[in-house]
Amino acid sequence: MILNIARKELKSLFASPMGWIILALLMMAFGSYYLTGVNNYFEVMSGAIRPAERVGVTIFVGQTVYSIASFIMLFAVPLLTMRLISEERRSQTLPFLFSAPISLTEIVLGKFLGLIVFLSILVFYIFLMLTTLNIWADIDFGYLVANSIGLWLLVASFSALGIYFSSLTQQPIIAAILSFISLFALMIMERFFASDPNHWFAYLSLMKHFQSFSRGLIDSSDLMYFFLFISTFLTLTIRRLDADRLRG
Amino acid sequence: MSNLTLEAIELTRLFGGREAVKNVSFHLEKGEVLGFLGPNGAGKSTTMRMLTGNLAPSIGTVKICGIDMIENPKEAKALIGYLPEMRPIYKELSVDEFLTIAARLHKVPSKQIKKAVDIAKEKCGLSHMSKRLIENLSNGYQQRVAIAQAIIHNPLVVILDEPTVGLDPIQIREIRSLIREIGQKHSVILSTHILPEVEMVCDRVQIIDKGNLVFHGSIDELKQHRQGNKLLVGFSKAPPLSALKDVEGITKVEKVEAGMYRVHFKNKQPPSEAIVRLSVKNRWGLYQIAPDQTSLEDVFVQLTEKKQKN
Repeated sequence: MILNIARKELKSLFASPMGWIILALLMMAFGSYYLTGVNNYFEVMSGAIRPAERVGVTIFVGQTVYSIASFIMLFAVPLLTMRLISEERRSQTLPFLFSAPISLTEIVLGKFLGLIVFLSILVFYIFLMLTTLNIWADIDFGYLVANSIGLWLLVASFSALGIYFSSLTQQPIIAAILSFISLFALMIMERFFASDPNHWFAYLSLMKHFQSFSRGLIDSSDLMYFFLFISTFLTLTIRRLDADRLRG
Repeated sequence: MSNLTLEAIELTRLFGGREAVKNVSFHLEKGEVLGFLGPNGAGKSTTMRMLTGNLAPSIGTVKICGIDMIENPKEAKALIGYLPEMRPIYKELSVDEFLTIAARLHKVPSKQIKKAVDIAKEKCGLSHMSKRLIENLSNGYQQRVAIAQAIIHNPLVVILDEPTVGLDPIQIREIRSLIREIGQKHSVILSTHILPEVEMVCDRVQIIDKGNLVFHGSIDELKQHRQGNKLLVGFSKAPPLSALKDVEGITKVEKVEAGMYRVHFKNKQPPSEAIVRLSVKNRWGLYQIAPDQTSLEDVFVQLTEKKQKN
């Protein structure tokens, strides 16, 4: 059943040119950063930096692409999540899902999964793009895998939060703005605590947990953080939809 | 008991302290079409939303074929087809795509989905619209899609909230016969405010007003309210009121307009013959004599107003 809802979401994403255009634009953006990364590598590494400080091509290009990817996703994901529930609320199609023999949990998880599948295409594309470096160089696949997992978890968290804001309102635009602002706040939160990096408040920051992935480190506490983040917002969404049924 | 497909037991729904539906109980048997009438804001749609599990009742229970909607929502919902007031259709999809999704979500086995979609399309007259985007369909066709969505999984109870809105007269007739057809095998609840529709389609009627059930009975019972013991009589040379009152069986005579009287009588047999005879004898110039039928609208108004006074 979750799969059926996910299929429905993907179908309506790709029913209009919207899904394709978003994919194409984002891939173009990542692609161009990849090229600049490779160009910069040759320029910088050809002599500007002392041999002891030189980094490998994987880290150099990977860092460029993954840091810009996480930043672009900050804008792209709210635009994708905004319509998931609020659009249905506005066009009054929620009763279609509510009166089918599916639980609210399945509805929310299905919608989440549909979006994740869509975003996974992008994450996978970035990974594939970077592996093309292997043609000329001997690259560090572990680093790429860790970064991909990190980016994947990051966009999954963005999506979970976006879905929650989408369930709060009837206006997709409001949902997009709210989720963008809160995601942005969560991303830069640690900068406010730069003087005290171990403050518990900084620990809430999404960026702080993404950083260890971007160093190529898969830390179970970070995995746990993302897992909790996602499940918290999905649970809140289910609660919000349940309130519709209870309060009317 | 096995014939009961739907039971609503003492349903009450509060919206911020205000009772939208008060203590409504009714049941539906297999092979029955129940008409649900009421003025705007009476609580029709609220009741239907509670029956389909879209809204939790504040008090009371809903049972579909004995399965409690609140305790086992999935099992209960599988037996229901619901067409809400606002048609829940995804306009960016084509008719086939949308109906396939509807079938899938209602757990139609994947091998039978194509067949189910074809049958639903045929029943609703959509076969030639399969590949069209729902967005580009006319209002009436969109309504047909919404109806097809509600019957695609062959549900035991079909709940339709104003199904004939926006349809042309021919389509209205087709949909009515479709409802009758479904009603023979399964059960249908139909909300509408087109009274003749109720008369044509439904076996039983219930009228709700301000959250209360004010009438609950068969169509014949409603018709009895309609035909009162009244005659409408017209004379070109109007006789005095007292002359008519003397006729045997007549209890009351009212003047409607010049030369027109409304005659109330006591017995089952209308005293038409006596009036005609008297008119011929006295040359009153009788030109019209007919039973005075209160329209269903009047019955409706009477029933809803009576309750208000109480």
